[in-house]
Amino acid sequence: MRPVKAAFARNPFGWALPLTLAVFIGPIFLGLFGTLLPAFGLQPALGSFELSFDPWHDFFNDPALTKSLRLTLTVGFGATLIAVIIGFCSVAILFGTRAFGIVRSLLAPALAFPHASFAVGLAFLIAPSGWIARLISPWATGWDQPPDLLIVRDPDAIALMLSLALKESLFLVLMIVGALGQINAGSLLRSARSMGYAPARAWLIVIAPQVHAQVRLPIYAMLASALSIVDMAIVLGPAAPPPLAPMTLDWFRELDSGRQLMASVAAIFQLLLVIGAVLLWRFGEMVVNLAVRGPLTNGIRRGWAERIAGGVGRIGISLALVASVGAILMLLIWSFAGTWSWPGALPQRWSAAMWVRSGDTLVLLVWRTAIIAIAASAIATALAIFCLEAGIGQPKSRWLVILYVPLLVPQISFLFGVQLLWNRLWLDGTMVAVTLTHLLFVLPYVFLVLSDPYRALDPRIAIAARSLGASRLRTLVRIKIPLLARPIATAMAIGFAVSVGQYLPTLFAGAGQIDTLTTEAVALASGADRRLAGVIAFTLTALPFMALALVSLAPNRLGRANQ
Amino acid sequence: MTNAPFGLTRRELGLGLLVAPVMLSACAKPAEERIGAATPWRDIEKMARGQTVNWQAWAGDPKINDYIKWASETVKARYGIDLSHVKTSDTTAFIQTLLADKSGGRTSGGRNDLIWLNGENFSAAKELGLLWGPFAERLPNWELVDVKGKPSTITDFTLPTEGYESPWGMAQLAFFHDAAKLASPPRTIPAMLAWAKNNPGRFAYPAPPDFTGVTFLKQALLELSVDRTPFYKPVDKAGFDGQTAPLWAFLNQLHPVAWRGGKSYPPDYPSLRQLLEDQEIDIAFAFNPAEALNAVNAGLLPPTTRAYILDGGTIQNTHFQAIPFNSSAKAGAMVVANFLLSPEAQARKADPRVWGDATVLNLAAITPAQRQLFEALPKGSALPDEKSLARALAEPHPSWMLALGDAWRARYAT
Repeated sequence: MRPVKAAFARNPFGWALPLTLAVFIGPIFLGLFGTLLPAFGLQPALGSFELSFDPWHDFFNDPALTKSLRLTLTVGFGATLIAVIIGFCSVAILFGTRAFGIVRSLLAPALAFPHASFAVGLAFLIAPSGWIARLISPWATGWDQPPDLLIVRDPDAIALMLSLALKESLFLVLMIVGALGQINAGSLLRSARSMGYAPARAWLIVIAPQVHAQVRLPIYAMLASALSIVDMAIVLGPAAPPPLAPMTLDWFRELDSGRQLMASVAAIFQLLLVIGAVLLWRFGEMVVNLAVRGPLTNGIRRGWAERIAGGVGRIGISLALVASVGAILMLLIWSFAGTWSWPGALPQRWSAAMWVRSGDTLVLLVWRTAIIAIAASAIATALAIFCLEAGIGQPKSRWLVILYVPLLVPQISFLFGVQLLWNRLWLDGTMVAVTLTHLLFVLPYVFLVLSDPYRALDPRIAIAARSLGASRLRTLVRIKIPLLARPIATAMAIGFAVSVGQYLPTLFAGAGQIDTLTTEAVALASGADRRLAGVIAFTLTALPFMALALVSLAPNRLGRANQ
Repeated sequence: MTNAPFGLTRRELGLGLLVAPVMLSACAKPAEERIGAATPWRDIEKMARGQTVNWQAWAGDPKINDYIKWASETVKARYGIDLSHVKTSDTTAFIQTLLADKSGGRTSGGRNDLIWLNGENFSAAKELGLLWGPFAERLPNWELVDVKGKPSTITDFTLPTEGYESPWGMAQLAFFHDAAKLASPPRTIPAMLAWAKNNPGRFAYPAPPDFTGVTFLKQALLELSVDRTPFYKPVDKAGFDGQTAPLWAFLNQLHPVAWRGGKSYPPDYPSLRQLLEDQEIDIAFAFNPAEALNAVNAGLLPPTTRAYILDGGTIQNTHFQAIPFNSSAKAGAMVVANFLLSPEAQARKADPRVWGDATVLNLAAITPAQRQLFEALPKGSALPDEKSLARALAEPHPSWMLALGDAWRARYAT
C-alpha cells in the first residue's frame, strides 16, 4: 500500500495546465501574431520582409471607414447598453413572480438558439414584406405592395443593433440568474421589502449592485462580441458599408494583396477598439456608480423610477422572447412553404419538398456539425476536468481570466492568423482544424459551467477515497465523475451548443472546405431560397435544443448515479 | 507497321510499353503521376482510372449540386473515377489556400484537383502560378467548343486562357420582371433611369463590391460610354475619373428614385431576386439568362415572369474548370473536364429543369443526334428570346472589377 502522504503530494494532473494552455493560448497568441505581421507588411511566406506602414495608411484612408466605424460603435455600445437595461430591469420586476419561473425555463433554449438562425428568422419577421407586415396588409394598412420602409439593413444598422440587444438580453438574464445563486437574494429582498421598498426598487438597490459585480465579465464579453459581430450583421446589417467586422471579412476574402494587408490592419484595429471600449465601459460604470449613489440612498421607498424600470423590463423581455419564438416559427413555416407571396398571411401552398430535396445535404451538414461539436465539447470537458483536478479554477485563480480571453478578443483579430497556423500544419480545411478552433470558444463555457459544481463537491468524499488508498485517477473516475455526471452532461450540452453556433471560426479554419449548418445558414440567409434557408436554419436551431433536451430528459439515470 | 498509333515511332512505342507498367503503378501512388506533353489521351484515361478527383465547386444552389452528383455517378461508371464534390461557398478562399500551399512548399498531394472559376480568380491564380497546364486544348472534346462564336471561351475577362482552364458554361446578364405587374420594362440603361423616375422605389441593384452589383456598373458604364476601348485594358488611374464620369452621373440620378432611396442595397444577387419575389421591386437581373425560369420552376417567382436582354446587348462571360498546380490526380481531372465538355453533359446542363446553364459548344460541330439533345430542351416562356442572346458584350479587364467597386464605395458607402 502506497503511503497516503505521497499520494497527496504528487498531482498526476499537473500536465493538464500546460496542455490546456498549449491548445488554448497557443493558437490565440500565434493567431494574433500571424495577423499582426501582415498588418505591418511582413509576409515571410511570400518573401516580404520589409516593415511598412502603408497598410495602416490605406486603412485609415479608406473612404468607408468613418461610416463603418460609426456603425460598429452604434451596434456595440447600443446593443450592449439596451441588453443590460432590459436584463436588469426585467429581473428586477419579475424576480420571485410566477412569470420569472416561466422566463427562466425558456432561457437555456434561448441561449442555445444560434445567432445565425435568430437573424434569419427575425429578418423575415420584421422586413417590410415580412410576416408582421403581411398579417396586417392590406386590410389594415392599405399596402397593396410592401412599403418602401428602411427596416432591415437600414444604413444606420438600427435593426441590427435592436435585434442583437434582444438576443443578448436573454444571455444576460441567464447570467444574472446564475449570479443570483451566489447571493442570498431572497432574504435580502425580504428585509428591504419589510422596510417598505417596492419590490423592483428593492431589487435594483440591494441586489443589482452585487449581481453586477458577478456579471461584469460576461457584459464585457457581450460588448466585445457586439463590436465585432459578423453573422447577424451579414443578415440584418447594411451592406454599403457594413460594420467593421464584416468589412474586414470581405477584405480578407479578396485576392488583392493590398486589400488583405488592410484586412490584417482592420483586425488588429478591432482588438484595440475592443480594449478601448471595455475601458470606456468601465469608466461609464464608475460614473453611473457615482450618479446613482444619491438616488439609491435617498430613502424613497417607491416612486416612478421602478415603475419605468419595470415597464422597460417587462416590454424588453417580452419582445426578446416573442422575437425568439417568432423567429423559430418563421423558419419552420418557411421550410414547409410551397408558394408564399405577398400579402398572404400564410403560404398559399404547403409542401415538404424542400426537406426531401435537401435531405442528402442536410444529413451531411448535420453529421459534420454534430461530429465537430461532439468532439470539441468532449475534449473541452476532459480538459476542464483535468484542469480542475490540477487545482485551477479556485475562486482567486488568475487562470480564470485567461479562459475569458477568446470571448473578449474579437474573433476576427486572431482567426486569420489561426488559419495560417493550420495551413502551416497542413491542417487547414480539415475537420480537425475546425474542431480545435471551436475548442477555443467551447472551453470557456464548459469550464464556467463545470467549475461551480466541481468546487461545491464535498472535499471530504475524495479525501475519504484517497485515504482508503485509491489513486487520484481512480478517485476521479470512480467517485467524482459519477457524482458530477449531471453537471458534466450539462457542460457538454452547452459546449455542443456553442460549437454548433460558431460562424467565423468555422469559416476561417474550414478554409471554404468545411461547411457546417451555421455557415450554410448565413450563406443562404442573404436571400437564396427562403424555404431552403428555413430548412437549414431550423435544423441548426434544433440541434443544440436536442442536446439540451437530452440532458434535461435524462435526470433519473444521472440522478441515480449521484447517489 | 510504319504508323504506330498516336504518331509515335516504334521505338517510342516500345519505350512506352516498357514504361506503361511503371505508369500504372504510378496511378496507385497518385503523387507520382507524370503527364508529359506527348502523353496520349488513352494513357491519360488509363491513369485516371481509380483516381479520386476532388472537385472544388461552389455549392450554393441545390440544382447545381444535383448536376454535379449526376456527373460523379457517370464518371464513376464510365471511367472508374471517384469524383468527389468539395462543396465550397468561397472559391477565393481556395485560391488563397493554394497560394499558402505554394509559399509553404506544398507542391504535390494538394487537396483539390479541379476548380470551378473564372475572371478575377483565374487571373490571380494564373498570374501567381497556381494552375497546372496548359491542358484544355488537349481534351478530345476541345474541338467542339465554339471559340469563334463565343470568344469568351478562350478569353476570360480579356485574359487569354492559354489552355489553363477548360470552358464549362456561358453566363450572360439578363433582366427579368413579372409581366402581370410590368408589361413593358425598360430595355436600355438610360430607359431604366427614366422608368425609375416614374416608378420611384421599385428598382435596386446589389451593393458593390458584390459581383452582380459590379457587373451592373460595368453594364451601365459600357452602355453609357462612346469609347469602350479603355475598359478592355488594365485600369489607367489617370483616365479613370474621366472614363467613368457618365456612370456616376447616371447613378447620382438613379439613387434618389431607387429602392429605399438609394440608402440601402441588397447585398447580393439572391437578395435582389428575393426583393422581386416579395414585390418590393419590379425589375431584377442575374448573370444567368435561365435564372428567371429556374425561379419560376422553383415556385419562387410567378409564371408570368419574363426575361430579356437589353437592346444594346449585355455582358457575357464563360465559367471554367482549372487544375491546381499541386493536384495529385491531374489525369482524372482532365478526364472529368473532358466529360463535362461532352455534348451529353453540356445538353443536360443546359436543360432548365436540371440547371439551365448555356452550352459552350458549337452546335454546328456536333453530330445531328447530339444536336437533337439540345433541340429537344424545353423552352420556357421565362427565357429570353434566343436570338437576343447573341447581343453580347465582352467582359472588361479584371482590374475594372476592383477599381469600380472601390470607386463606388468611395462615393456611396460613406
